[in-house]
Amino acid sequence: MNRQAQAVVLFLVGGAMVHAGSTDLYLRYVKAGLQPMVVGAGAVLMVASLATVWYERKLSRTGPDDEADAHDKGVHIHREPRVSWLLVLPLFALILVAPPALGSYSALRTGTALQAPLAYAPLPSGDPVRLSLVDYAGRAAYGHGRSLGNRRIAITGFVALDGKGTPYLVRMALNCCAADAQPVKVGLTGRIPPVLQPDTWLELTGTYSERRAKDPVNHGVIPFFDITGAKPVATPRDPYDESWNN
Amino acid sequence: MSTTKAAPPRADHRDAEAPPDRARGEQQGWQFSSPLVLTMLLILVVASQGAIRRAVSAPVMQSWMTVFVAVVVQALPFLVLGVLLSAMLAVFVPPSFFVRALPSRPALAVPVAAMAGAILPGCECASVPVAGALVRRGVAPAAALAFLLSAPAINPIVLTATAIAFPGKPEMVVARFVASLLAACAMGWLWQRLGRTDWLRPPAHPSDEGLGKGAAFWNSVRHDVMHAGGFLVVGAMAAATLKAVVPANWLSLAADNPVVAVLALAVLAVLLSICSEADAFVAASLTQFSLTARLAFLVVGPMIDLKLFAMQTGTFGRGFALRFAPATFVMAVASAVLVGTVLL
Repeated sequence: MNRQAQAVVLFLVGGAMVHAGSTDLYLRYVKAGLQPMVVGAGAVLMVASLATVWYERKLSRTGPDDEADAHDKGVHIHREPRVSWLLVLPLFALILVAPPALGSYSALRTGTALQAPLAYAPLPSGDPVRLSLVDYAGRAAYGHGRSLGNRRIAITGFVALDGKGTPYLVRMALNCCAADAQPVKVGLTGRIPPVLQPDTWLELTGTYSERRAKDPVNHGVIPFFDITGAKPVATPRDPYDESWNN
Repeated sequence: MSTTKAAPPRADHRDAEAPPDRARGEQQGWQFSSPLVLTMLLILVVASQGAIRRAVSAPVMQSWMTVFVAVVVQALPFLVLGVLLSAMLAVFVPPSFFVRALPSRPALAVPVAAMAGAILPGCECASVPVAGALVRRGVAPAAALAFLLSAPAINPIVLTATAIAFPGKPEMVVARFVASLLAACAMGWLWQRLGRTDWLRPPAHPSDEGLGKGAAFWNSVRHDVMHAGGFLVVGAMAAATLKAVVPANWLSLAADNPVVAVLALAVLAVLLSICSEADAFVAASLTQFSLTARLAFLVVGPMIDLKLFAMQTGTFGRGFALRFAPATFVMAVASAVLVGTVLL
């Protein structure tokens, strides 16, 4: 790849990073805290591309005699290895396909990552109480629902159906990027909606259930949720649960 | 012991530079030039984007692509940070600085350089280009390699993440710090004993002669991003393939035997190629494994994984990476087991 082509690739990759970082696209792949890094890195790549073009023009304007001279110094006709071409792959993936955040396929292949909470904060007010799915699962599995009482609760997540058709409501929890995302699963009981499509986002209202199950993948605890109502919702702005980052 | 060898002067010109006559011929005759190929590729891909989207709509492919894009988007900012730092080292810091800053005896320079790794905030993608620049600036390779291995594991960000991921187990943080530092120093000393400079064959770096400081700086940035970025993509593809294809319940079979458990998690760390800032959380979730096995995961991961191996090949040459990677793996596992037995 010669320098003109490299400048184009750098500019496009940088532009794609700035685009992903300045819209909500980056939230499908990395944690929210990385936004300034993503935009900054994209901007640096674009500047590097412009600088390459600028110095290249300056070099070629110094006269044709210098061409051979420049070449002797290994400056002008320096080619990067073929592996550099691979940089177009993430570019196409990000711009043309923009794959969705991890969903039920990954969730069922990985064991639930629920950890015991350090403390149970008092429930916020409201009826139903809106809790994050991870918060509910921690209170239900490790606090035996004592911090939940009989309150009506609303949780949001996407649907996953395992091989036997058992439904779960899942939220992927993320620490850095989607490569380390792990599911937190909640089993469903009570008035389960008759038609469940995997990967659709639902807001479920209901109450604490004492039922538990073991995740077949890593034997982690899966608490249950007793549904009284369900409504489809749009995918949240940040599809991952990032409460472990704080 | 005369191991303070300067950076290898001889560079691998095979890929990096075309022979003069061929290069000139390409400029005149009708040949495929890279801008032309790139333009055609872009047009082709944009024209067939519908077909491409349909082809990758299966859940396996979707999940593969998400992890692939995620690894690249997450690692690229740290790579750019490392590349900027390395360009600054190469252009603005004179070689004499390192001569003064590091002890002249390599045996002493190794631990000093390993400790200096604590000040590079970030993950492993940043340390590869910086270590490459250190070697080119004449730092003894043994010391630069100790820095390369220790920096991603012992910096404050990574240690804080470890403390958060293992609440109530501060000994895990201490064990990670000690085991990583130990393995990094051991690898530095091992290189000083057995390493040969001709194994280190960094691909030709553009010469800065006759260029102004600005030109040299951006030249170095462009070159390093194109090199390491390409290899980063290779590593991201490998990690995505593992995450999307290999079933996770294979792991629970390995957890029962203590020896197999350590090896299984060490191999998993190599294959997963997770950023060192996040690996502690993954280790914390592998509850069926012993603490020593999880320590091995945390020590091996930042030192050697698929992504790092690909990037080391790009920065130091294939001959180096093929020897260095297995030795690092063995040393990291040994160090983790030793420290784990004493501390955990």
